[in-house]
Amino acid sequence: MKRELPIAITFICAFILTLQYFIPHRSFEIMYEISNIWIQIIGVFAMILGIISLIMLHWEKIKHKKENWGFSIVTLASLVGMSLVGLIASENSPVFEWLYNFILAPISATMFALLAFFIASAAYRAFRARTVVATILLLAAVIVMLGRVPIGSLISFGIFPKMAEILVNYPNVAAKRAIFMGVGLGAAATALKVMLGIERSYMGSD
Amino acid sequence: MGIFEKIIKLDRRIIFLVIFLSVIFPLIFKVNIPINITPEVRNVYNLIENLPEGSVIVVPCEYAPDTMAELEPMLYAVLRHCWEKNLRVVACGFYVTGVTLIEQEIKYMAKQMNKKYGKDYIFLGYRPYPAAVINSMGEDFRQSFPTDYYGTPLDSLPMMRGVKNFNDTKLVLTINATSGVDYWVLFGHERYGFPLAIGVTAVMAADYYHYLNSGQIVGIIGGLKGAAEYESLVHHKGLATMGMSIQSFVHLVIVLFIIIGNIAYFVIRKRKGINR
Repeated sequence: MKRELPIAITFICAFILTLQYFIPHRSFEIMYEISNIWIQIIGVFAMILGIISLIMLHWEKIKHKKENWGFSIVTLASLVGMSLVGLIASENSPVFEWLYNFILAPISATMFALLAFFIASAAYRAFRARTVVATILLLAAVIVMLGRVPIGSLISFGIFPKMAEILVNYPNVAAKRAIFMGVGLGAAATALKVMLGIERSYMGSD
Repeated sequence: MGIFEKIIKLDRRIIFLVIFLSVIFPLIFKVNIPINITPEVRNVYNLIENLPEGSVIVVPCEYAPDTMAELEPMLYAVLRHCWEKNLRVVACGFYVTGVTLIEQEIKYMAKQMNKKYGKDYIFLGYRPYPAAVINSMGEDFRQSFPTDYYGTPLDSLPMMRGVKNFNDTKLVLTINATSGVDYWVLFGHERYGFPLAIGVTAVMAADYYHYLNSGQIVGIIGGLKGAAEYESLVHHKGLATMGMSIQSFVHLVIVLFIIIGNIAYFVIRKRKGINR
């Protein structure tokens, strides 16, 4: 029963939600609307599980003073602090906005801004025309990098933007389509396996 | 150690310094480089330009401060265009760390354009699980958002009268730094058939050209360049246009670094007598 019940629930839900795509009847639309609300409600419980898991992980780190346990204190303090401010004062309150504007926003913007420097350094060291394939990759990267900024058009009399457009619209799209078709077929096969109870790893090992 | 060995083992702090200088240089000397308009950006512009006055467009924004440098100018340019055309905007945010930012940006732009909340625009706020939210918005906006971000019931907002779901809107333009773009295509456009345009970061843009070629999206505003193109189209040069000269110089410097690195690599390889 422990295994059969989840498989039965999965099958019924998956079957009805697949069927509604093919039956344009109001009763199926209502079922679809209800399922959308259910998905969001179940999702909220998943969020609660995530928060509990985060707290347990970092609490263990602090308790046993594992490597970098100080960062765990910051994580938990931030989690509790922001949650309390959000719950008590609401997310429109000046305190919440202050915390957001002067702590969260600068931290995340700074992290991303540093990326330009590291990409430049990594490109300098890693982009070498060692093989034919690496050379093709290198040339494509240079053309797209210059073709996607106005200076590229100036220094090449409009040739780089045109070449970049061709690269993005043809080889890129062809490769993407192939990947997406593979992913789509794989996802459909996996969904079918889950629906029919062949794939059961989502239930855990026991 | 010869000159080429030194070049190969160049201290990364020198690279950082050069990149820093190439960011500063165009800022100080105010370098202006003409921006060419790509068809994918023009498509978005033309679609909005041809919408009748009072049309409702949905602008879901899914980004946070980390990508705001690219996407904030894009949102400003799009909102400017919409409000110059007297379109009504339904905005929302499905990225939890970006909601406060989006709300502030929309409020800022509304103030600049003298637009009134509830009449010219509304902000629905955040709901988790974009796929489910898009699906329920397709049935009725009120399913996922019975109230707006500020807790006001949607029915009491004048601009939402007669607006039930995507059928009552003319366009969805998602400004997005997440995989949420796929949700808008697969669960939104495919099921409900609304015209969809996307504004994404430069690094993401190449991932969505197959949707453009297949006609599933009407246009792509890609990265800061796309935002700068849109600024040119609405004749209001802002942050993106300024950023374009910086990005141009940085790209050029990175390409020069790559070329220098490769020259040094080949010279050393030739000296060592390696053919492959």
